Formats: sequence, C-alpha cells, structure tokens
Amino acid sequence: MSAFRQSVEAMIPALRRYARALVRDADIADDLVQDTLVRALRSERLFLGGDVRSWLYTILTNLNKNRRRSLARRPQFMPLLENNPDASGTEAEGRDIARALATLVEEQRAVLLLVMLEGLSYREVAEIQGVPIGTVMSRLARARAHVKAALEGERPALRRVK
Amino acid sequence: MTEPKIPVTEDELHAYVDNELPAERKGDVEAWLETHPEDAERVHSWRAMAEALHARYDSVANEPVPKRLELERLVRPPRKWVYGTIAASLFAFVAGGGAGWMAHGAAATPSVFQAFTGDALDAHRLYAVEVRHPVEVPGSERDHLQAWLTKRCGWAVRAPELTATGLKLVGGRLLPGPSGPASFLMYESASGERFTIYTAKANTETTQMRYAAQDGQGALFWADRGVGYVVSGSTDRERLTQVAKLVYDQAEKAGG
Repeated sequence: MSAFRQSVEAMIPALRRYARALVRDADIADDLVQDTLVRALRSERLFLGGDVRSWLYTILTNLNKNRRRSLARRPQFMPLLENNPDASGTEAEGRDIARALATLVEEQRAVLLLVMLEGLSYREVAEIQGVPIGTVMSRLARARAHVKAALEGERPALRRVK
Repeated sequence: MTEPKIPVTEDELHAYVDNELPAERKGDVEAWLETHPEDAERVHSWRAMAEALHARYDSVANEPVPKRLELERLVRPPRKWVYGTIAASLFAFVAGGGAGWMAHGAAATPSVFQAFTGDALDAHRLYAVEVRHPVEVPGSERDHLQAWLTKRCGWAVRAPELTATGLKLVGGRLLPGPSGPASFLMYESASGERFTIYTAKANTETTQMRYAAQDGQGALFWADRGVGYVVSGSTDRERLTQVAKLVYDQAEKAGG
C-alpha cells in the first residue's frame, strides 16, 4: 500500500467519529465517510503533498454541505426521532450533547467538532472552511455559547420529570 | 494577585482552552481567571463540553472499521457514486428488488433500511393491485386482526386510524419478514388509492425516517424500539409523509 493510502486509512476512525457527530445518523455518517474515501482515492494523483488529514476533513465537510443542499431541494428524510445513543454509562449525557449539537447551524457545528473533538488548530479549520481565522473564532465562540445554553436549559426539565 | 495590564478578551479565553494562546500570555490568563469567577466558570464549562463530546463520540473511532469502508474494497469496482446525493445511493439497491438484491448486495453490507424497504415495497406491489383478495383478515374484524397479528408477531400490532387522511382499513395479513413474521396492513381511500403499513422486527433500536421510491411507489421507513415500519403508497411525498406521521404518532401513543 502506498504511503498516501496508508495515511488515508489511518484517518478512517477519526473521520467516522467526526461524521457521526456531524450528522448523527450512523448510516448516513458512514455513507459520508465512504464517499470521502472514494473521492480521496480518486484524487490520489492530484494530491500534491500537504496535510492528508485536513484535506480529508475538507472533502467530508464539502460533501456534507452538498448533501444538505440536495436534501433541502428534495425533502427525502425527516429526523422525527432521536437517534440511538451509544450504549454507554453516560447515555443520558451523550444524548444531551447530541441534541445540543443538533441545534447548531452547520458551520458552527463543524467548527466546534473540528476544534473540540478532532483537535484541529484554528488555522486548519480556517483552511477547511475557506474562511479567515477570525470567522472560525467567532463561529466557535457562538457555538460554545449556544451548546452551553442548550445543555443548561435541559437540566431543570430533566429534574422536574423525576 | 497581579491583574494583567491588558484585560483578557473572550477570544483569548477560547484560545487558552484550545492551546492556541501565545505562551507568554498564558500566565496572564491564568491570573485573570483567579479573579474573574464568571470567566473561570465558562472556561470550565468548555472543558466539560469537550469531555462530554469525547465521552459520546470516541467510541465510534474505536469501533472496528466496517467492511464497506475498507480501502481495498473501495478501489476495486469503479461503481457509480452519486456525490452529494447519499440518500439516493441508499436506494440504489432497493431498485433491484427482493431476491436479486440479496445476490448482488451481498458485498455491500445491506443496511436494515434497504432490506426492509425492499421487502415492504415488494409486498406492497404484490397486494396493492389485488382486487378480490388483498388481505387475509378484513378491516371489519379489526380487533381480531390486531389480536392475531400481535400474537404471531410478538409485539403490539395496532391498526392505526387514518380516516383523517381519508383512508379506511381494508385489512391485513401475515408475511414472512427479514427475521421472523411481519404484519402487513392495507388502507384505501374513496378513490381507490392504497397505502400499506409493513412492520417487522428490526435489529436496530431507533432510526430517522427515510424515503425511498421505485416504480411509481414511494415508501417511508423508520425503526422505533426495535420494530421497523415501512409505509408504502404514493410517490407524492407530502401525502406519504402525512400518512406516515399519523402512523408514527399513534404507534408512539400506544407504545407509551
């Protein structure tokens, strides 16, 4: 296997994690990763060095943008239900964070996940989104404030039910 | 405690948490946080948020990579990928129909969604055109129908009330499903338009609703509490969604 392919392969687990957090539905998330990989492999010869990691996140982010655009044109699926949370001890907490993420607009969710979950630098995220670093920072600030409010807003309601 | 000469900005707080702050400013921010509890609380909450994200999603990265994402597999057949319309790609296999689907779909890890919707649309096509014997038990025996299907299927089968959308229960029948029995209910409007509801055990807890269309028939699939539902009928998505929502709402209410 070429060095290029090896570095793509090494990224698959992280891409799956990012995609899952980005779109929530496990099947759609893996579809996105699959399309990302196919596109990356096809462009192997066009890839002139640089950071494979950022490049893959860029492809995935763009594919998701296209996906959302086509869904907006043709309302093909409607998330009526909460997606199944992973079976872990912190299930309720996981659902909270997933729900809070879902309330973010796309660009903010992507920035938040790329920085906080995937550990990318502001500069890398700016390149992925094709915007200045200042925009990344303001998106991040808004996303954090929004998620914080969503998480805190949910807790009293949960307590009341008990 | 020495207050930093230049006040710490919100951007700097974020940068501090994300390790993007110039090293020489770090001490200033830490001193600032000791005297500004509100900012300290925000910084703390952002760190907790990052932990919650990792707690929720790191398990995905630790899962074994599904076969369909193996690079060897992806470089082999030059399949027709439709970029940007991933939803459409999900339906590609359904178009093959039941048995044929199994044959060439074997390499592609059929999702619950595909298998189910394929089976349900097959049943819909087969029985919706049937004039004299569309069902085994007529809708006039609703209670018996529900009791019988519940007993055979193993979950509470209820024929929802769809008169709000102009549909009347024709009746139902038992069908072989992907993993055990499936219940199949048929509804009809005054103009003869038919909708069917197919339910069977799904090895998935809960999914979002998805749409598939083939040969002039549309279907909406979802799974809830381990039972998969496919509402088939018109390709008019609004109409189909209207019917599916009624089905969903009533199943929700019945299930508690």
